[in-house]
Amino acid sequence: MEDADVVFLWGSNARHAHPIWFHHLLKGVHRGTRLYVMDPRRTASAAWADVWMGLHSGSDVALSNTLAREIIHAGLAHRTFIEHATTGFEAYAAAVEPYTLAEGERLTGVPAAVIREAAHTFATADKAMIAWTLGITEHHNSVDNVLALINLALLTGHVGRWACGCNPLRGQNNVQGGGDMGALPNRLPGFQDILNDDTRARFERHYGVPIQPKHGRNLTEMLEAMADGEMSALLCAGENPVQSDADGHRVADALGRLDHLVVQEIFLTATAKLAHVVLPATASWCEADGTVTNSERRVQRIRKAKEPPAGARDELWIFNELASRLGVDIGAPNAEQVWNEFRVVAPHLAGGMSYERLATHGGLQWPCPDESHPGEAFLHGRLWETPLRGPRVPFSVVQPSMPYEVPDADFPFLLTTGRRLESYNTGVQTGAYQSPLHTEETIDLSPEDAARLEVRDGDVMRVSSRRGAVLVPARVDHGLRAGLVFMTFHSPDVVNTNLLTHDAHDHRSGTAAFKSAAVRVERVNGSRKESL
Amino acid sequence: MTATLIPITRPARTSRPPVALTIDGRTVTAEAGVTLLAACRAAGLEIPTLCFLETLTPANVCRLCVVEVEGARVLVPSCSREVEAGMVVHTNSPRVRHARRLVLEFLASSVDLSTTPGMAELLVEYGCHPERFGASAEPQSTAERAAVGVGHHEPPDTAHAATVAQPVLRDNELFVRDYAKCVLCYRCVQACGVDHQNSFAIALAGRGFAARISTELSVGLPDSACVYCGNCVAVCPTGALMAVPEFDLRAAGAWRPEEQAVTDTICPYCGVGCTVSLHVQDNVIVKATSPFAHGITQGNLCIKGRFGWQHVQPEAATASTAPARAAE
Repeated sequence: MEDADVVFLWGSNARHAHPIWFHHLLKGVHRGTRLYVMDPRRTASAAWADVWMGLHSGSDVALSNTLAREIIHAGLAHRTFIEHATTGFEAYAAAVEPYTLAEGERLTGVPAAVIREAAHTFATADKAMIAWTLGITEHHNSVDNVLALINLALLTGHVGRWACGCNPLRGQNNVQGGGDMGALPNRLPGFQDILNDDTRARFERHYGVPIQPKHGRNLTEMLEAMADGEMSALLCAGENPVQSDADGHRVADALGRLDHLVVQEIFLTATAKLAHVVLPATASWCEADGTVTNSERRVQRIRKAKEPPAGARDELWIFNELASRLGVDIGAPNAEQVWNEFRVVAPHLAGGMSYERLATHGGLQWPCPDESHPGEAFLHGRLWETPLRGPRVPFSVVQPSMPYEVPDADFPFLLTTGRRLESYNTGVQTGAYQSPLHTEETIDLSPEDAARLEVRDGDVMRVSSRRGAVLVPARVDHGLRAGLVFMTFHSPDVVNTNLLTHDAHDHRSGTAAFKSAAVRVERVNGSRKESL
Repeated sequence: MTATLIPITRPARTSRPPVALTIDGRTVTAEAGVTLLAACRAAGLEIPTLCFLETLTPANVCRLCVVEVEGARVLVPSCSREVEAGMVVHTNSPRVRHARRLVLEFLASSVDLSTTPGMAELLVEYGCHPERFGASAEPQSTAERAAVGVGHHEPPDTAHAATVAQPVLRDNELFVRDYAKCVLCYRCVQACGVDHQNSFAIALAGRGFAARISTELSVGLPDSACVYCGNCVAVCPTGALMAVPEFDLRAAGAWRPEEQAVTDTICPYCGVGCTVSLHVQDNVIVKATSPFAHGITQGNLCIKGRFGWQHVQPEAATASTAPARAAE
C-alpha cells in the first residue's frame, strides 16, 4: 500500500480504527500518495487527505457510478483489461450513463469538479487502491456498496497488481480467520461451496458424517428466527449482541424467547446475564494458543502468555467437551492439531502453513498451498495473464438505494455511528483501562445545529428514534455538517446507543445499517440520572 | 487506455554492485547503500549506539557510534554514513575511543543513566570517570531551565557538574516522563513525528544545555496532541519514558525482568494484526511491546494494543472499574 500512487479511503476512519495501518498509509502520503477520503464526517483520517469528499451518508453508489461514468466518457477506462478479463461492461456502462457530474453532485453533495478530478486521477494512476470499512458495509445496501467499489477497480484495471486492489479493513483480529475456517453460514472451511456436491462429498469422506446441502442462517436471520420461534437454542461464543447489534430492545426480546441460551464469554456481559448457562472462557488472544488471520490474509499465531483465572477454560477444550457430551468423540485435539486438520481440508489455502513456518516468517499470507510457497502479497494476479486463467470477473449493475430511514419532521437528524481511538466495540475489554482519551459518551453535533438548538458542550440531550431513547451530553464537532449527528456504542451501560439504531439490513450480508438512523435531538433540563 | 496488459508485481530491489572497503584492517564487502554501522555489524564488529534505532531516521546526535574514516577531517557517525568503495575505517582507534569516552562521561555526569540498558558496562569498557567533573550541582527547577534563553551564558561553576535533574512528570494514567534520564536522542520525537505516529505532540525546545523534549508550550500531555500510543516509550533508550506499571514496580523494588516471560501474540483490537509482546511477571502483564523487526508494526502499537489489557489482569492487579471475569 505504501507504493500506491492514489488511495481511495472510503467510509473508513482508519486513523482511529486501524492506527498502525494508517502509519503505512502515511508513509506513502509523505512520499506523494494522493489520498482521497470519502466520509460524511471530516474525520481525523480526512484531515490527512489531499481531497475530502464529504458525501451524504448512503450516497456511496451514486458517487461510484458518477466516477465511473466520468472515467468512461473521458476515455480513461482500461479497455484492454476490460476486454481481457471482465464481463458485463456494456450493461454497466449503460447503467451508469445517467450519473452525469451534475447528477452526481445533486445526489452526493460532492461538487462536480471534485468528482471529475478524482475520477481522472484514479483512472490515470499507475497504482491505485480502494480501502474501506464499515462506512461501506453497515448500510442496508452494503453488498451493492462493495460491488460499486469493485466496479471502479475493474474499470481502471486497478486490481491484481502490486499496490492496487480492493482492501476491506477488518474490524477484529480474526474476522478474516473466522471466515477462513468456515465460520460462515454458507461456506465450508477454506471458503469452499457447501452447495457443491463434489466439495461436500470430500468433506463427508474426511469427517465421516453427512453435510446438509443448504445454507445456514446469518446473525440477523437467526434473530428473526428466534423472534418467530423457529430457533429455540443458541450457543453464543464471544459476542455481546444485546449491546453490539442494532435495535437492542429487539435483540434482548429475541434472546428472551429462547428455551436455552448458552453464552461462552470472558465477562458477564449484558448478553451473558440473559443466559441460562454461562461457560467462562479464556481470553483467546493472550490465554490460549491458535492462529488469527488479518486483513491482508496473513495468518499469525496467538500464544498463551498468562494463566487464565481459575475456572476459565480454553475455548477449544469447551468445544471438544461439548462435542463429547453431545455424543461425538472428536478426541482432545490441541490448537496446532486443529490447524493441521484445516490444512488438510483446505490445502489450496493453507497447505504450506505449518506452525513452524508461521513463526519463522512472522505469519504467511494465503493462499500458501505448499511448504515452499512464500504466500501471496495480493490476489487476482491471474487476471493479467495471457491467456486468461480461470473465469472472467463480472461488472455488477448497482443502483443507489435511499437509506431505510430518512430524516423527516418528527426525526429530523441522521444519526451515524462509529468508533473512537481508545475504545473498542461495546467496551467489554477497553472499558477496563483508563486514559485521558476515555471520555463520557456524547452525541456529537455540527456547530450549525448546536447554534440553532442553543446547545453547548455538556448540555444533556434526549436523543430518540422510533425504537428507543437515551440521555447523553452534547459535544460540538466541527467535522460534522448540519443535520448529521454522531455517537459510538462504546459505553452501552451508560448510553445504550444501539437502542436507537435500527435493524434494517442487507439480506445478502446480514449487516445492519448502523450508519443511518433518523433521530430527534432535544435539550433536556436536569441531570442525566433521570430515568427515561 | 493502455494498449497492452502489463501486470505489476512487487518491485524488485534495485541492485547496485557491492562495495569493498577496509574495516579495522579487514577487507569487507558490503551491499551498496548500507551504512557503516550495518557493514560493521555484518562483519561482526560491535559499535555502541544510543540514539540509533533501525526503524527511525538516524538523528546523528549522540555521537557514540563515531568511527574514523581515513582522509575525513572529523570522526563520522557510522549510523548514517553510507559505505563507499575503498573506504579505510577504524572502529576502535585511540581517537575513536577518546571521543566515545568523552560522550559517555558528559552524559553520565549530567543525566541519570541508571535505567539505560548496557550503560554500566560501556562506562567500564571506555574507562569513564564522570565524577572528575565534580559532584552533581543542585538541580534547577523546570522553570529555571525553561527560562534559559539563547545566548545566556552564566560563569560556569567549575566545582560541580551541571545536571538535567528535574521532577518526574506524571500527568496521565499510562506513562511517566522522567526527563532527568533524557539524553536528547530524538528517538521519541521521530517516533511521534513523520517516522511513525505523525501526531507531532513533542519536539525539541530550547538550546544548548537548556534543550529539552517538550509538548507545545510545555502543556501537560492531556492538553497536548498526544494520543497515548506509547510509541515514544517503546523507542526510549534510557527509561526516561516509562509505562506506569514498570515505573511503579521499579519504585517498589519489584521490577524483576529476569523473571519475566515475553510472549508474542496478536492484538485483538482490529484486523491489522499487530504482534504484541506481552511481558508477564507473576502472571501479571507488566509491559506490552512489539518487535521492531516485524513489518506490520515496526515496533509500534496504538493506545489499545499498548495499554488496553487491564481486562485480562488478575483481580488484584486490576483497576476497580474492570468488570469481573466470568470465571470469578
